[in-house]
Amino acid sequence: MAKKRVVTTKINGDTVEFLCEPRQTLLEVLRNTLDLTGAKEGCSNGNCGACTVLMNGRPVDSCLVLGVEAEGAEIKTIEGVACGTHLDEVQSAFLENAALQCGICTPGFIMQTEALLAENASPTEEQIRFYLAGNLCRCTGYDKIVQAVQSAATKRQSGCGTTACCH
Amino acid sequence: MRDFEYEAPTSLGGALAVLSKGTAKTMAGGTDLIDQVRMGRHAPDVIVDIKKIPELNVLQHDASGLRLGAAVPCYKIYGHCGIVSDYSALADSCRIIGGIQIQSRASVGGNMCNAGPAADSTPAVIALGGVCVIAGPKGTRELPAEAFCVGPGKNALQPDELLVEIKFPARAAHSGSHYRRFIPRNEMDIAVVGVAASVVLDDSGQKFVSARIALGAVAPTPLLAQAASESLAGQPVNESSIAKAAELARSIAKPIDDMRGTAEYRVHLVGVLTQRVITAAVARARGENIGHAH
Repeated sequence: MAKKRVVTTKINGDTVEFLCEPRQTLLEVLRNTLDLTGAKEGCSNGNCGACTVLMNGRPVDSCLVLGVEAEGAEIKTIEGVACGTHLDEVQSAFLENAALQCGICTPGFIMQTEALLAENASPTEEQIRFYLAGNLCRCTGYDKIVQAVQSAATKRQSGCGTTACCH
Repeated sequence: MRDFEYEAPTSLGGALAVLSKGTAKTMAGGTDLIDQVRMGRHAPDVIVDIKKIPELNVLQHDASGLRLGAAVPCYKIYGHCGIVSDYSALADSCRIIGGIQIQSRASVGGNMCNAGPAADSTPAVIALGGVCVIAGPKGTRELPAEAFCVGPGKNALQPDELLVEIKFPARAAHSGSHYRRFIPRNEMDIAVVGVAASVVLDDSGQKFVSARIALGAVAPTPLLAQAASESLAGQPVNESSIAKAAELARSIAKPIDDMRGTAEYRVHLVGVLTQRVITAAVARARGENIGHAH
């Protein structure tokens, strides 16, 4: 059995050390070792995006990242999006627009939307659909998700969302 | 997932030393490899993460051409203005490999090493005249991109060798390139057929000086369509020269029937896509902005 490694990383702004085997994915570490169960396991092969987290600012499928690769990286998960009990613009827009039903895909969609809006503050519908193509939702039919992203973009641009954030 | 050791060498020599012992697999973005290990397709004793090696992260564009380190992820490639303008086919292909999450990690070097017949970036690399720079215990060797894949999932590397970078010649005057694939969905799919073309026109923009056309998903490996490419040299840019090249491209397609399409359908697609891709490459060679279709 390969020896466990000590990995030091930053998760949602906090320095975190964990032990993991080389064969453990970042998703397994987040969920099983660190109790950050927001990222979900869907397909485990990079198709569904339910495990999306931000790694050094880029969205990645955490099922296709080894835990050991997190050494020195900055990870942001769905747990780091809200500020205390204040949801951010994307989270509240998903609620207000009923952009979820079962909710399994939602953390992935929200992280992917955070990455999109950081790159492009006012995306077109086509750009939204293209950027979110790596996230699958079997409930909503996507229209409400697209509307939620548009509404989050508008809110964030007008500055009337949750701006005071602890991170 | 099965047990393995993990090494992340910070030098080329360090990586070659690990590769020289035991069954190792190199990993760039891991988007193919991690899934393949999980599914039991590969059983490496060691995974060698090559992302910390400076030579594999080179992204250098100047008058002598483009050097693309094998581990550079897709998003950096289509985010690079020089590549978008001068190596458009490469940017076209990187923009449609997987979804955005995959593009954060997946590299062109990895796409080539994985040697999937339907790999999107490989036809673009071939059409643009890419040369693979390979390091091994005996030094460095170079291989044209069209010779790099030798079968489905098989590349030309020896177990102790490493793909370091892909070199591209400088963009010629009045040249342009494009990659396009057919998929039944809008995005996030595997090519039923993919075609890349790079063309050089004369000063008037009315005649082909040379062309390189490459096909994906129609044979065990991506193919350079040599006769089709050569047929365009010296010909006027018109429907009949382009149709002839498309016909020659069709003639080398040896696809299989599978869940994505029948062989007959794929051969038909080669003709259609080749015409469209050459036409788009010509437009770019003439300085027209055709944007990029997803």
